[in-house]
Amino acid sequence: MKSSSEILKALENESIEILRETAAAFRKPVLLYSIGKDSAVLLHLAMKAFHPAPIPFPVLHIDTTWKFKEMISFRGEMAKKYNLNLLVHTNQDGVSQGVTPFNTGASEYTRVMKTVALRQALDANAFDAAIGGSRRDEERSRAKERIFSVRESGHRWDPRNQRPELWRTYNPKITNEQSMRVFPLSDWTELDIWSYILEHDVPVNPLYFAKERPVVFRGEQMIMVDDDRFPLINGEKPVMKQIRFRTLGCYPLTAAVESNATTVTEIVEEVMNVKLSERATRLIDGEKEDSMEKKKTEGYF
Amino acid sequence: MLQPIIRLVTCGSVDDGKSTLIGRLLVETDSVPHDTVAAARNIRRTGSTVVAGEVDFSLLTDGLEAEREQGITIDVAYRSMSLLNGRRLIIADAPGHEQYTRNMAVAASRADVALVLVDASRGIRTQTLRHLTICSLMGVSRVAVVVNKLDAAGYSQSVYDGIVSELLVAANRLGINDYQAIPVSALAGDNVVVRSTNMPWYTGPTLLEYIQSWSKPEELLTKPHMGVQLIARAENFRGVSGTILNGTFVVGDEVVVLPSRRRAVISEIITYDGKLERAGDSEAVTLVLEPEVDATRGDSIELASNFTPPADRFNANIVWLGETKLVHSRSYLLISGSTQVPAIVSKIKYKFEIATGDHEVAEELSMNEIGVIEIATDAPIALTPYAEQRNTGCFILVDRSTLNTVAAGMVNHVLRRSENITEHKYEIDALARASQKSQRAKVIWLTGLSGSGKSTIANELEKTLFASGMHCYVLDGDNLRMGINKDLGFTRADRAENVRRVAEIAHLMSDAGLIVIVALVSPFASDRDSARDIFEQGRFAEVWVKTPLEICAERDPKGLYKKAADGTLPNLSGVGQEYEPPTKAELVLNGTELVSENVRKIIEELL
Repeated sequence: MKSSSEILKALENESIEILRETAAAFRKPVLLYSIGKDSAVLLHLAMKAFHPAPIPFPVLHIDTTWKFKEMISFRGEMAKKYNLNLLVHTNQDGVSQGVTPFNTGASEYTRVMKTVALRQALDANAFDAAIGGSRRDEERSRAKERIFSVRESGHRWDPRNQRPELWRTYNPKITNEQSMRVFPLSDWTELDIWSYILEHDVPVNPLYFAKERPVVFRGEQMIMVDDDRFPLINGEKPVMKQIRFRTLGCYPLTAAVESNATTVTEIVEEVMNVKLSERATRLIDGEKEDSMEKKKTEGYF
Repeated sequence: MLQPIIRLVTCGSVDDGKSTLIGRLLVETDSVPHDTVAAARNIRRTGSTVVAGEVDFSLLTDGLEAEREQGITIDVAYRSMSLLNGRRLIIADAPGHEQYTRNMAVAASRADVALVLVDASRGIRTQTLRHLTICSLMGVSRVAVVVNKLDAAGYSQSVYDGIVSELLVAANRLGINDYQAIPVSALAGDNVVVRSTNMPWYTGPTLLEYIQSWSKPEELLTKPHMGVQLIARAENFRGVSGTILNGTFVVGDEVVVLPSRRRAVISEIITYDGKLERAGDSEAVTLVLEPEVDATRGDSIELASNFTPPADRFNANIVWLGETKLVHSRSYLLISGSTQVPAIVSKIKYKFEIATGDHEVAEELSMNEIGVIEIATDAPIALTPYAEQRNTGCFILVDRSTLNTVAAGMVNHVLRRSENITEHKYEIDALARASQKSQRAKVIWLTGLSGSGKSTIANELEKTLFASGMHCYVLDGDNLRMGINKDLGFTRADRAENVRRVAEIAHLMSDAGLIVIVALVSPFASDRDSARDIFEQGRFAEVWVKTPLEICAERDPKGLYKKAADGTLPNLSGVGQEYEPPTKAELVLNGTELVSENVRKIIEELL
């Protein structure tokens, strides 16, 4: 059973309250846009929250230069559709050092091209609050994070010393060294996100829909060959498979799933039936137990 | 109406089998991804007694690395699950250890239903009482008391009945009305989701049935309120955005903006999906008011026929969350919804022992302690009693230097002094009244030790001003103690009240356009600062009559120093009690100089 309209409405109301609070209580907030389905819902909610006024903060995409091509073109379409003040940042140090997902371990690659890049962009623009689309059902360390989550200097998350968060009363006060991460989708589940996309006709990236795409097999995972930067191992040939993606990240680090779901309705059905945790298709998360908590203490979303 | 989302807080320790119970609840409602369940079948923590190949349910809920090392939960974890009747349950899993009371308060603050675990073999323990007390304090409306591990007690009815009768006593004392004791085995699965066949003597609801049948009491939805979060502005458009709580607003309703009490009518209710005729509890909307009255972030909007009069003094329960203790009379930032206002805890009435409910006199509150306080806000704010409306009767206190959240507060009642009082503005003001006397209103506040020469200077100053045609009056500390202040002694609290009254009288007199000369020991800096705070900038001047203690003691015009030396006067400032030297005085006088010289200085520099 998909999430009921009443549940979606309740979740939407709460997210709007959080977005409004962030816009009003902080000096310079920014919305982190990852181009994925959660970001899509987040943007839609931001548009609703401030209607009839425009979205009052800029939108930031951390571009590792290894995103799927279809993600980048979709980003441009959304910027136009929602009339966004879109900022794109890449860690140029990482690029000039030649860091790629093929020559660098997944953890180190993520640290340099995503975590460090994010810290650079937040610092350079002096953003005091960054809104992200993380959900508590994604991963265990996320389950313990506050909705308004204080970051110490260096964007460090201190999970053992979190600020108490009571009722719907949020404490948006931070010192000069601190910043805030805000998670309006905390209470949403993956199924809620898809149910909402279905109910409200929210535009999402074509990569979520099943289509014949070229893939190679690495262990048990299927990796899409998105461009000619993909190094094929001796004689390896990409094969065409009917696939889609459950989450979107850097294409060499995001595994595809075989699927025939070509509409949102079919995806909702699939999500209800396939009982695997969503991040199982993220190569990096499986590297070691609890790696998400480690990344987060370093400033990852 | 059934709320689509139910929030649950779980209380109990690892030993009570809490993680196992929640894990079981999640798995049996098919709320956990299958690969996660598979992992819980294979992974074992050190010392685990779960049989190989079985699911270790407790692994599904414990999150952070540090916690897994210790095998305990140290912070609140949130989990969503679908109930079998289509509603959503959001579980806030609170840690059970005593030192983490603050986390339990966090988890319980939003909960509709609480799940309190009791180990059948151990019965109601101190910790159970603590959990029940916090649930009651935080206003959780329904309590499911899970009597767990009945499998180990032979599914015995008498064990269960014994616990039920103990519970009755505790629930009565705490005023918990909606509760149910449910006999369960989390390990074996009895009465969690599936009805047990091992306990035919129990005919009440299963845990899941009890949780998912909760609904918000209707009487809580009769007083609509919207806290203004922001002003929405677009071309030819101005609206106030916020979330409606505690009731329903309808287009055409006459409302008031609080605290200003300006009246308007709701002309439109705007959302992205279209205009609404009515909007109810928890809906995030934008209201258009006619006329466009002034409203800003932090104001609230309520029905003109049913609104909360803003007040500035409250009696409240408080859970102290901060690492540094609650400091009496220090200024904190009070936040309630989007409203922020400086506030001072004016009195700690008592703290209570959470297990027994016993009251204990307290000078301070430490982390995890619960007390009853009086709090005064810098500006009026519309807070309701927490027992009536949870979302509009709560507040947090924020430390003004670390900016951390240090307390959770729940209003018991408004203190009578400020209720239903609004200031009426009169058209003749202090400036007009003083101009009529060809002078400027001023308060000269002389502070200093007894015998320093305050009264002598005040007397000469008044004579000089009087002779030149000025209108003035002396407020002398000793003289006032013969009348308006005759009920006050010399303890720290009485001295504070003495200063407060004198300051208020001086304020009235200066408002009448007079030059007021105050001669008052006023030994404490915080009291003098409070006095200064009630005056507009430039109206109040603190003058320190600085005379060495030996000279004051030698003068001893009232024989007080002699009494202090005999031991019959314990609270003499500078001897038995401290005199805090002024640091902000507008003028410091040398009390050993000629009186006429000091009077000349005051007139030249301050008048």
